[in-house]
Amino acid sequence: MVRVTDEVRRLRKRFEARAEESHVWDAVQLARHAERPYTLDYAERLFTDAFELRGDRAFSDDEALIALLARYHGQTVVAIGHQKGRDLSERTRRMFGMPHPEGYRKAIRAVELADRFGYPVLTFVDTPGAYPGVNAEERGQAGMIARSILAFCQASVPIVSTVIGEGGSGGALAIAVGDRVLMQENAIYSVISPEGCAAILWKDAGQARKAAYAFRPTAGACLDLGVVDAIVEEPKGGAHEDVDQAARLLDQAIRGALAEAEAVPAAQRRAARRAKFRRMGVWGVADEAAGETV
Amino acid sequence: MAPVEVDVERPAGGDEPGRRHPNTCPSCRSHYRDDELRHALRVCAQCGHHFAVGALERIDQIVDPGSFEEIGGDLRAADPLAFVDLRPYTDRLLDAELATGLGDALVAGTGLVVGRPAALAVMDFAFMGGSMGSVMGERFCLAADAALARGIPLISVTASGGARMQENILALMQMAKTVGAVDQLREAGIPYISVLAHPTTGGVIASFASLGDIVIAEPNALLSFAGPRVVEQTTGEKTAPDFGRAESNLRLGQLDAVVPRRELRGELARLLLLFSPAEDEPTGEQGPVPVPDDATITGEGPVDRVLGRFGLGRRRG
Repeated sequence: MVRVTDEVRRLRKRFEARAEESHVWDAVQLARHAERPYTLDYAERLFTDAFELRGDRAFSDDEALIALLARYHGQTVVAIGHQKGRDLSERTRRMFGMPHPEGYRKAIRAVELADRFGYPVLTFVDTPGAYPGVNAEERGQAGMIARSILAFCQASVPIVSTVIGEGGSGGALAIAVGDRVLMQENAIYSVISPEGCAAILWKDAGQARKAAYAFRPTAGACLDLGVVDAIVEEPKGGAHEDVDQAARLLDQAIRGALAEAEAVPAAQRRAARRAKFRRMGVWGVADEAAGETV
Repeated sequence: MAPVEVDVERPAGGDEPGRRHPNTCPSCRSHYRDDELRHALRVCAQCGHHFAVGALERIDQIVDPGSFEEIGGDLRAADPLAFVDLRPYTDRLLDAELATGLGDALVAGTGLVVGRPAALAVMDFAFMGGSMGSVMGERFCLAADAALARGIPLISVTASGGARMQENILALMQMAKTVGAVDQLREAGIPYISVLAHPTTGGVIASFASLGDIVIAEPNALLSFAGPRVVEQTTGEKTAPDFGRAESNLRLGQLDAVVPRRELRGELARLLLLFSPAEDEPTGEQGPVPVPDDATITGEGPVDRVLGRFGLGRRRG
């Protein structure tokens, strides 16, 4: 005898899983949408005056990562963000938003400048990841990402980071160590791309959709896990549907987060930021006698 | 010690890593009994190839006998995402614990290195590729906490494929968490020595492992953000055979030294002395810190027993 209620429950569960899988994959698609607003699109709308800080003072100017000295609601801030390109030539010039070590060296320079003058730092995270090329490796990609994270740890000015598109791995985190970390509704944030994860764990990059569902790079999951502090709403259909409105919503969120970050005394900010990231992670304690995880 | 170039004709088949015995040297095909290899610090006597070393064995190689005290040994990975790929994460964890006898891919604690105290964070590649998840991050921070509390240097030995994908975003956050711990050490003026073993890649080399006040590596260790295969697949560039290897990194200015395993304990002891306060230094005729050779590290090896029979001994520091 088939128990109908069990069958219905099973089907409903499967349906819900499929719906959730679609939702996750929608976010991945929207985060990578060709018309999604990039850092400069928001900068144009959020800042009144801006001067671009270029070059790392050592090797070159990496256009995959931009830095600005800008005026935001009457005060000077330093803005740092990954920058993707719109057409083929700009995409190539900006390496699809994938910085080399010199990009991170520029970010470090910008954070240090902000720290010297007491200007808040606003970062905009949108990269598939740090560029994985031979030249990048030879110039110390790993070490520069580490040093960028350290520079963000060391700054005593307020830092607000927002994931506005793809938050891809270490290349994203390098500029995302903020007192407040925000994430747009349809942005994604993950340790590896769904394709990369699928290639390694499923041995098939074609399983990206499954991988994305399994590791949940969505804003909702990041909020639940305590990785981001708030989700920034986007216009219906995604930020590209109404860039002005998306910028207004982002502005409100950043303004609020900045006020919260500014409320912490400067002398305590570095320790508070470290403590924030120290709390991240989930683990259990083994019961040694029983030899089992509790 | 420069590895001796040994040219071996490879017979067809039978040499794929999966089919090679773990104690057969992948570079010159010399084969060793496990106790021989252990005595030799898992370095091939023929060609100098450095085999992988487990975390507990590495700790034995570095610290004075009986001086190691573990911290955070009871922490175990949780499964916050209920992650399932081809197999559930919890199954993989169980297998790794059974295979290595460790609770996660990093062992933290304190010990003495030739009489000088240090906090240690030592990784084990055999535990899920040395991947960094929440437990590794927390244990590294506990080691750093111990260094801070006691005012002693921190030594880490890394071997990792990178962040643990099964913990996704929380694994990524361990990079910020561990760098925060290094920042605390820097603020307090506590020295941090990072030893990079084969391989140290991805999220581990892009966080704490690159931030040692001193960074040293083992010979021929692969040390890169992206591995050669990822670079070739993603960018279409060809990688040289020495791509990302310790010697290339030394040449490119990313390291202070490449130190063969036999000299590692002595070199660490020397660094601990150099980072110790002036009044701590032995006065008078004692001279520089004695650098022990491998026999004093693991006790008598087979060679010593043979020499001992004839009333001979090897040079001691």
